[in-house]
Amino acid sequence: MATSKNIKAVQKKSAPFVSSVKSVFQNYVPAPESSDHIQLKPQYNLFINGKFVKPLSKIYYDTINPATGNKIASVAKGNDKDIDAAVKAASKAFQSWSKTDPKERAKYIYRIARMIQERAREFAVFETMNGGKSIRESRDIDVPLAANHFFYYAGWADKLEYAFPNRTPQPIGVAGQIIPWNFPLLMAAWKLAPALATGNTVVLKPAESTPLTALKLAEIIQESGLPDGVVNIVTGFGDCGAALVNHPKVNKIAFTGSTPVGKLIQKSIAGTSKKATLELGGKAANIIFDDAPIDQAVEGIVNGIFFNQGHVCCAGSRLFIQENVAEKVIKKLKDRMKTLIVGDPMDKNTDIGAINSQAQLNKINHYIKLGQKEGAEIFQPECSIPSHGFFCKPTLFIGTSQSHRIVQEEIFGPVLTIQTFRTIEEVIEKANNIPYGLSAGVWTDKGSKIFNLTTKLKVGVVWANTYNKFDPTSPFGGYKESGFGREGGVHGLFPYVKF
Amino acid sequence: MNKSWISPTVDQVGVEERVARFNTRSVKKESKMQGMLLALNMIDLTTLEGKDTAGKVKQMCYKAMHLADDIEGLPTVAAVCVYPNHVKTAKKALQGSNVKIASVATAFPSGNSSRKIKLEDVKIALTNGADEVDMVISRGEFLAGNYNFVYDEIAAIKEACGNARLKVILETGELSTLDNVRKASDIAIYAGADFIKTSTGKIQPAATMPVTLVMLQAIKDYYDETGIMIGMKPAGGISTSKQALQYLVMLYETLGEKWMTNEWFRFGASSLANDILLQLGKEKYGVYYSGDYISKD
Amino acid sequence: MQHLDILKTYKLYIGGSFPRTESGRFYKLENNKKEVIANICLSSRKDFRNAVVAARKAFESWSGRAAFNRGQILYRIAEMLEGRKMQFVEELIMQGVSKANAEKEVRQAIDRCVYYSGWCDKYQQLFGSVNPVASSHFNFSLPEPTGVVSVIADENFSLLGLVSVVMPIIAGGNTCIILASETKPLCSITFAEVLATSDLPAGVVNILTGKSKELHTHFASHMDVNAVVYCRENGEEAKAIAELSSLNVKRSFFWQKIWTKAENENPYLIMDLQEIKTTWHPIENIGVSGAKY
Repeated sequence: MATSKNIKAVQKKSAPFVSSVKSVFQNYVPAPESSDHIQLKPQYNLFINGKFVKPLSKIYYDTINPATGNKIASVAKGNDKDIDAAVKAASKAFQSWSKTDPKERAKYIYRIARMIQERAREFAVFETMNGGKSIRESRDIDVPLAANHFFYYAGWADKLEYAFPNRTPQPIGVAGQIIPWNFPLLMAAWKLAPALATGNTVVLKPAESTPLTALKLAEIIQESGLPDGVVNIVTGFGDCGAALVNHPKVNKIAFTGSTPVGKLIQKSIAGTSKKATLELGGKAANIIFDDAPIDQAVEGIVNGIFFNQGHVCCAGSRLFIQENVAEKVIKKLKDRMKTLIVGDPMDKNTDIGAINSQAQLNKINHYIKLGQKEGAEIFQPECSIPSHGFFCKPTLFIGTSQSHRIVQEEIFGPVLTIQTFRTIEEVIEKANNIPYGLSAGVWTDKGSKIFNLTTKLKVGVVWANTYNKFDPTSPFGGYKESGFGREGGVHGLFPYVKF
Repeated sequence: MNKSWISPTVDQVGVEERVARFNTRSVKKESKMQGMLLALNMIDLTTLEGKDTAGKVKQMCYKAMHLADDIEGLPTVAAVCVYPNHVKTAKKALQGSNVKIASVATAFPSGNSSRKIKLEDVKIALTNGADEVDMVISRGEFLAGNYNFVYDEIAAIKEACGNARLKVILETGELSTLDNVRKASDIAIYAGADFIKTSTGKIQPAATMPVTLVMLQAIKDYYDETGIMIGMKPAGGISTSKQALQYLVMLYETLGEKWMTNEWFRFGASSLANDILLQLGKEKYGVYYSGDYISKD
Repeated sequence: MQHLDILKTYKLYIGGSFPRTESGRFYKLENNKKEVIANICLSSRKDFRNAVVAARKAFESWSGRAAFNRGQILYRIAEMLEGRKMQFVEELIMQGVSKANAEKEVRQAIDRCVYYSGWCDKYQQLFGSVNPVASSHFNFSLPEPTGVVSVIADENFSLLGLVSVVMPIIAGGNTCIILASETKPLCSITFAEVLATSDLPAGVVNILTGKSKELHTHFASHMDVNAVVYCRENGEEAKAIAELSSLNVKRSFFWQKIWTKAENENPYLIMDLQEIKTTWHPIENIGVSGAKY
């Protein structure tokens, strides 16, 4: 058989195995996730009032796989009239949904959670194909967290009177929800679950570049028997989102996306009675003290900025290292980066997948050029990146300062800026010295130091000796220009009730 | 007496997360096969039982040189590992092969004995022909904070070893925390160890990936400081080829190519070899294999 | 030739297995037509002792599980119970309950499992706290499960009375030994079968059948049991339990409730079997402002 020839071929009789070692692990043989079990349709319609309907404009647009640049499917392009139909459906459904026995409401949400679990692999493959994130992350993080989010909030539906001391909570009405392209399924879960549990109805507008997992979720919602109109999903572009924000029958807006758009939304609804929550950008400080567990801190840095290709609002994109350990940390970081694999997101060994779009890649490259122009020292490990599709190597900028534009502005890619600091007061001041305030990381072995920092950092989430950890029970949201309102935990119920 | 020894602090949860990440690596096809052959060549085939006899040792040595003669192109294991009083038997049985002989010594496994006896134990092993010595550290002294004692003992044993390579067994299962594992690793390395080894295999837990990762990190830091390579041997508890591959992934991504030979990395194992042969049998014949076709020696 | 039914043998549920009582004793269960429908194990104090050992063994790992994981398992119990609905309705009818009431009871039992499944990862958020102490310390309080709980379950509701006590106890991370209803024991053992197929670890719930008259003193006096819950009407038994609990300062609870009422499913039943632990940690006060928790 050919295989015994293989065994012979890889071994030199006299010398030990040194010569074959290089090929053992230097390039892991491709290990692609199988995708032949998924059900991909060539064309996707809008989900309004419990049915899949054609867009009123009759226009469809292409959605692509950013790892290849190739089209995956055609997706309906919703417009303001479709939004109107969806909001009307949600409004009508609200009459009965808000009066449905909470225990029964919970059961629909439990069903959705269970069905996501049952079809987890298919969701993961879709998420990776449409968005570019590695299959390892969509399989191990995005999809399980999404299912768990529905589970958690399902349990609140019939217990709301316990969550608000001395108040009887009521649902608000129709929620208009606009979500981004970096965690398409997870953001849909973060928005839908608390809204439904509290008795509201929803019109959801997914990001234009990543509509597929939301539409898959629509299939599950239909199968779960959820009453028509309780959840409506309208795919489309920015005009669609604007129509949703401005629709008079929408009572609450939930938006996750960039700070500039968030500000626009806040301005648009001024003077109306619409409630809003905004989850916007960030430029988080990740702070390493000299008494940190250094090897684990380096891993935390890597998770902080290269997780999801750095397309994370709470990414630890500003690294602060206490000066007396800076050299050691930077060396270890560079060594660790050399083992990161940039490649086909469908390969199980890929650490860093594709950048979500050409536009985003252009933006990241623009910042990389800017950083070099600003005089910062750049480091990128030697690694191969695919020749097609949108890819970016993990990048460090060493020796930066607060005044560098690459330090102040959100890049939203696998690019980390590095500054040193000498004292606690200094790093607290620099960490806070930015209009954003979403998250921060603190690495030190000393407990009392952790709590000192957590009280002083002006951010909504502090990770101590860890990074990028999410849980449905844990509230998430920002200070300052990173937005307001919380998602997750008990506090995640507040934005969806009135008293 | 100076009771302090400063080693870097280790976050256990962080270590476990890094290990979990290694375990998501998917090693397939040629990579997998090459990895398994490499793993075979890194095994210290071990028998350390009270009931060991010359017969047992001879049979194991034959297996060490002839893992499965019906599959072409297999390597031998790296070494055999026995008690000092069986070294002579092993030496004779392994004549002409390049399989090394490692002997445990220093009142293995407990190490609860005098310096005099431990040195004598090493002398016997070497006189009988051992190429390598696997010693145990004094865990009691370590946990009592007598780090100088632990250090001096290792240095003395190293001296007695002469040209023989010294592996220092930390018995991580008794050290309880990863901070302690790191500290013991550093002490052993600085005191002269050629290899640091996780366990005697006589207690649970034996080798685990988190403990191994911490030890690899100690070796890396030492190499970055001094340019000197130290070897590593996880022992006990690694019985499947899947586990062995996971360890090799961890080794590769932490220390790199240079360590990917049996000069610098060993598996202390007894049943691992047969599990790898089972997998190789599948590769050769294309169907899932059975233990009936692989010798048990 | 008519098919002869295979009659079920009702055994105990201890440590994940279904042993018979070590005493070999039984009592007859009759329906309202005075026909014998089953021989029920008459548990002894040794069965109880074995059950406590199993519950204690299971406690560390059950209480150490993530709350989310417990919630998933409790939800699975609901799924399994839903699947076996008809069997429970039949057993309740055999024990003299009307069809309508039987169906109602089973539906309510299923809903109650779902209800408590949802509490597993939420009660901590409502009943725990960060306490704003006046010194430079981070101070937080959290509920922790009490431990092994012995329970003498309601006499009247064969299934609902059982589910109503088991669910809040295990949702909170405790393990338990339940003495089922004496006159309506069938559903308890069938419920044990549901537990055995729900990924619930062995020993978390142990179910005995028998007489409270014989066993209540042991339930209350065993020194390795941390809390006892009594759900029946017998005042003498209740008093004895309260007194014997003092031997090891057992927490004793008297849940004499009408389980069909909605108010009797609530998180306070979980909290009865929780202890509150408070932890302090200094906050370094370097910097301009003082500590802020």
